[in-house]
Amino acid sequence: MTRVMAQLAMVMNLDKCIGCHTCSVTCKQAWTNRAGMEYVWFNNVETRPGQGYPRTYQDQEKWKGGWELGRNGRLRLKAGGRLRKLLTIFANPLMPSINDYYEPWTYDYDRLFSAPVSEDTPVARPRSLITGEPTKIRWSANWDDNLAGAPELAPADPVLRKVSGEVKLEFERAFMFYLPRICEHCLNPSCVASCPSGAMYKRSEDGIVLVDQDRCRGWRMCVTGCPYKKVYFNHRTGKAEKCTFCYPRVEVGIPTVCAETCVGRLRYIGLILYDADRVAEAASVKDEKALLEAQKSVMLDPHDPEVIAAARESGIPEDWLEAAKRSPIHKLIFEYGVALPLHPEYRTMPMVWYIPPLSPVVDVLTNTGHDGEKAGNLFGAIDALRIPIGYLAEIFSAGDPEPVRAVLRRLAAMRSYMRDVNLGRDRDESIAAEVGMTGETIEEMYRLLAIAAYNERYVIPKAHAEQGAKLEELATGCSLDYEGGPGMGGPFGEASGEPAPVAVENFHALKERQDTDVLGRADELRGRVNLLNWDGKGMPDGLFPNRKEES
Amino acid sequence: MNALDVTLWVIVPYVSLTVFVLGHVWRYRYDKFGWTTRSSQMYESRLLRIGSPLFHFGILVVALGHIGGLVIPKSWTEALGVSEEAYHLSAIVLGTIAGVCTVAGMAILIYRRRTVGPVFTATTRNDKLMYALLALTILLGLAATVMANIVGGGYDYRTTISPWFRSIFYLQPEGSLMAGAPLLFKLHALSALVLFAVWPFTRLVHMLTAPVGYLTRPYIVYRSREDRAGSQPPRRGWEPIGRP
Ligand code: SF4
Ligand code: SF4
Repeated sequence: MTRVMAQLAMVMNLDKCIGCHTCSVTCKQAWTNRAGMEYVWFNNVETRPGQGYPRTYQDQEKWKGGWELGRNGRLRLKAGGRLRKLLTIFANPLMPSINDYYEPWTYDYDRLFSAPVSEDTPVARPRSLITGEPTKIRWSANWDDNLAGAPELAPADPVLRKVSGEVKLEFERAFMFYLPRICEHCLNPSCVASCPSGAMYKRSEDGIVLVDQDRCRGWRMCVTGCPYKKVYFNHRTGKAEKCTFCYPRVEVGIPTVCAETCVGRLRYIGLILYDADRVAEAASVKDEKALLEAQKSVMLDPHDPEVIAAARESGIPEDWLEAAKRSPIHKLIFEYGVALPLHPEYRTMPMVWYIPPLSPVVDVLTNTGHDGEKAGNLFGAIDALRIPIGYLAEIFSAGDPEPVRAVLRRLAAMRSYMRDVNLGRDRDESIAAEVGMTGETIEEMYRLLAIAAYNERYVIPKAHAEQGAKLEELATGCSLDYEGGPGMGGPFGEASGEPAPVAVENFHALKERQDTDVLGRADELRGRVNLLNWDGKGMPDGLFPNRKEES
Repeated sequence: MNALDVTLWVIVPYVSLTVFVLGHVWRYRYDKFGWTTRSSQMYESRLLRIGSPLFHFGILVVALGHIGGLVIPKSWTEALGVSEEAYHLSAIVLGTIAGVCTVAGMAILIYRRRTVGPVFTATTRNDKLMYALLALTILLGLAATVMANIVGGGYDYRTTISPWFRSIFYLQPEGSLMAGAPLLFKLHALSALVLFAVWPFTRLVHMLTAPVGYLTRPYIVYRSREDRAGSQPPRRGWEPIGRP
């Protein structure tokens, strides 16, 4: 009997990412706009090639994130086992410093108003949010955006270094694409395995990986453990924090903030059923290049009657099984076969997958004067342009170019096939056949990728009604009677005492919105817009500053 | 035994230990979120990587030494055939090494806290009080040992201080035993008692949650949302219907 578990997963279609950072900004607004989290971006968008955020996080020889195979063929944490962790607990030698992220700053805007009259325009100088001193801005989460400074900075890209020899950063051969990243909510999370206090856990209902803020003691091992560097240390509260997959939102069936606000509409959210008992075995296959197939083999077909029976046995509710059948994630990975995981070689079994971008290929082709959308040209170019393929393969398939090539060929076939349809020509079945698809599946895939209707992109089952009484959003008890009472800081500064439950925050925000007679009071911190409970409809007060005459 | 001795060696210890225990219970119930090491490694790690292990490993050995000296009665070690000289010598050697490591580590850490801008900014008043008490206790302890062994001919605390310490836990406190101890030992004990009383309200609480359970637990932790779905347990009468 297999132990079937459900996992909420995401796929991002990189061809459509325009690098606008809307996802990062809305995520920051919702989750990390607090003291101690200034430098933290649960969602960040990095330009590849580039160093990423934190700098060169992909260099696991340096940072030792994720798992590796021991000599006995068993999985072990790359940064060292349990005993070693405890022995290095007083000063973690592999912990990134604030400078590996960047030193957050603000500006002394006040100078703009208070400066005495003079010849020169006053300037607001940057001030470090860490030391409070005037600072010089030398780096940020996004310093090398759009290949800025690439001749100097890109050579330090760990992925680029692996495909070196073929590396050409000359302008005319340059290529780039955007890589939006959140926590991968891995099936085999090395962050959880690294946490000495057992404060991190994977939720058994939906696979979301969370940090229990009441049990975290600030040992910082999770930061080292995650190869994607997606657990962050809140330097004010001394606790680890990470992407929550917006659990208060997905529990009520609405997508994460980053997905909801993505301008490119390129994020897909849905369920995957997997066999929890086989995860460790699949993560320990010897050949790194076989990890992609191994991970796929752990995921189960939600249409298979045997799987359905086993899932029922494991207590997965009916509506979740229905959602798993309609899951866009399952379609993109299996039916259309176009999604690939990020760095499977870290052996954490990541669950945010990507459709690699075809655009660099099309661009290069068009620049050389060819018809960039003709099937024959495209197929030829995919093989000829070894640099982008090698680079993509290092990111999405442990260096094996075959899976990336197969995906790009399918995307290319879709372009050519749909061009004929759009121009009113005859459908050319041979294009579809060449990539092992039919015209019909290509058109379905086109619908999901290009039209990307909201209800097809997001198939998110609600959290379960039996548990309703306990869910924060529906608390039947008075949501204000938790220890410490509403709005009180503890005796050890603002970070101490019980955190305000999400329900209480939302209660206040909603109440404010409904019965306030003043528009967006600037002096009242509570008046800020909490994007967590904005459903995208209407325009809540305070989303934009008031016009002068109204206030 | 005069009133001062009773106050110092009977009343103060009980008050201190009660505050220590109840303080931890209260803090754990009320302020789990504040229960952390509040590491400053993000800001600076070069000095920390030398100072912190030196201090922590040093103080661990010192703590073990205290347990050995205070808790294990002299008669037990003698029954094992360890003579007073042998015991004393090994305690002095180990204690000196550990003590020097602790003090050196602490000096580096305090220097770092004072000179590295971000670390200093992140230091609260509570931290400063804690640092002062901790440093005082350690230095007094070191001074007492040095004075007794280098200047004097050694002091056998296992016939006075140790029985006093144990008597507190038997609930038959013998304050008079302590009244005769050398001044530095007395001061060391007193400042330690004050330190224990403020302990639960400082970041020192992290010591009580040293993660030894990590050695035996499975790597991946699964938890159901039901374990702690809301931020509060269901109230009486509102428990959800269980699954069959
Ligand atoms: S990506 Fe997320 S789940 Fe995976 S190891 Fe990192 S923090 Fe943990
Ligand atoms: S909002 Fe969408 S398009 Fe914009 S950067 Fe984020 S993922 Fe890319």
